[in-house]
Amino acid sequence: MGSFLSQLSQSWGNIGSALVITVEGTIGGAILALVLAFVLGLMALSRFVVVRGVARTIIEFFRGTSLYVQLFWLYFALPVLGFKISSALLCAIIAFGLNFGAYGAEVVRGAINAVPRAQWEGAIALNMSPFQRMRLVILPQAWVAMIPPFNNLLIQLLKSTPLMSLVTIADLTFEAQQLRSATGQTAWSYLFLLVVYFILAYILTLLMNALESVAKARLGRGTGLRGIFRMRPADPTGKSLGAGLAGAGTEIEPVEAANLTSKTMGAGGPGGGGV
Amino acid sequence: MPKVWDWDLAGQALPLLLQGFLVTLAATVVASVVAIILGLVLAMLRRTRFAAVRAPVRAFVEFVRSTPVMVQLFAVYVVFPGLSPFTIGVTVLGIHYATYMSEVYRAGIDGVPKGQWEAATALSLPRGRTWRAVILPQAVRNVLPALGNYVISMFKDTPFLAVITVHEMVFQATTFGGDHFKYLEVFTMAAAIFLIASYPTSLLVRRLEKRLGH
Repeated sequence: MGSFLSQLSQSWGNIGSALVITVEGTIGGAILALVLAFVLGLMALSRFVVVRGVARTIIEFFRGTSLYVQLFWLYFALPVLGFKISSALLCAIIAFGLNFGAYGAEVVRGAINAVPRAQWEGAIALNMSPFQRMRLVILPQAWVAMIPPFNNLLIQLLKSTPLMSLVTIADLTFEAQQLRSATGQTAWSYLFLLVVYFILAYILTLLMNALESVAKARLGRGTGLRGIFRMRPADPTGKSLGAGLAGAGTEIEPVEAANLTSKTMGAGGPGGGGV
Repeated sequence: MPKVWDWDLAGQALPLLLQGFLVTLAATVVASVVAIILGLVLAMLRRTRFAAVRAPVRAFVEFVRSTPVMVQLFAVYVVFPGLSPFTIGVTVLGIHYATYMSEVYRAGIDGVPKGQWEAATALSLPRGRTWRAVILPQAVRNVLPALGNYVISMFKDTPFLAVITVHEMVFQATTFGGDHFKYLEVFTMAAAIFLIASYPTSLLVRRLEKRLGH
């Protein structure tokens, strides 16, 4: 224990930069995944069967093959085809983004589908354009329902980042293994590593809870900041992880349709009201 | 210019990959059994009257499901050097997913109507019988699709076992690729095998979901 602590304080700088790499991989992957989730999710809702088909194929492909295999394919196999991704970290971020973007697309699609029909009809009755309808009425409500499953996916992504150590990236897991071989303190090194991941996961959960409170407050709902310190929500359907197909995605809480629109539209300005 | 895709090499690798796939399947099945049983045990423990049991179980579940399974595998692997990698792999993967499944069971148990408990009390069924004959059959039936989703997810996490030298499919792919300095064929085939296996399974779960009226 003593030698472990002294080695730990010596290699503090390395662990700090490893932490930065892990966070970079997580955040970079999450941003790419978020963008892809919205693009693919909205494509999967398109009226055009070709657009839907393309989205579904991409989603099912990246959900159906293992992230591990995807990352190794990008890192080892893609260069053979003549595309070398410049850094291993970028490779990992792309793999995370594609994989979790596909899962996220199902969340986006499920949440938009779960916005009550009357909200769509109300927006049409107000003569909003499809874009206004989506931006001012549908998405603000769907977004609230997306955050808890997104939180689950984000933690899932964080928990996948040790894969980076397998493609030569000096992330936290890599540094912990260095620490282990330097001290011979196997149990302490891994326990330390697990605790660091746990803390990171809890910090991400706190941020996502705060985001959810803000999104709810914008709809005139919610309990303010009280709920922020709760743990990550469970996903009792397994859908955000598993490979359940169409209709999968998210546990949507029933949205109280009535008290929503006025607030939403008040915040967003009166959309296309003029007839 | 050398040809990019080598069919001969792919043909050589296929038997190895399929051999690895059998290990992958075996690991998925054993880990699923561990997860399904242990998940139920954890869910029940979280409902006992004794706070001294509930609190540590809850802490354990939160910790395990918030930390990477790959690190858990490494940790257990180096702490228990005497056990076979396969045993460690399926146990750790099983425990990791048990924490997820315990939440599934919890939702299922909470979803059994209160009247069922009251009826069991009115019939003065003993506690064990109430669980076995009344509550669990309904709860488990309702969560079957969710358990199925987690099993599929676990299947796609089995490549992690390669890091503790379990000879599953991705381990074979990596070794073969390293021996021949050609990774394209093996990893493409490994991805295809995963897709071929997991897509129909997810269709099955989807049908189960429909039939149970979700």
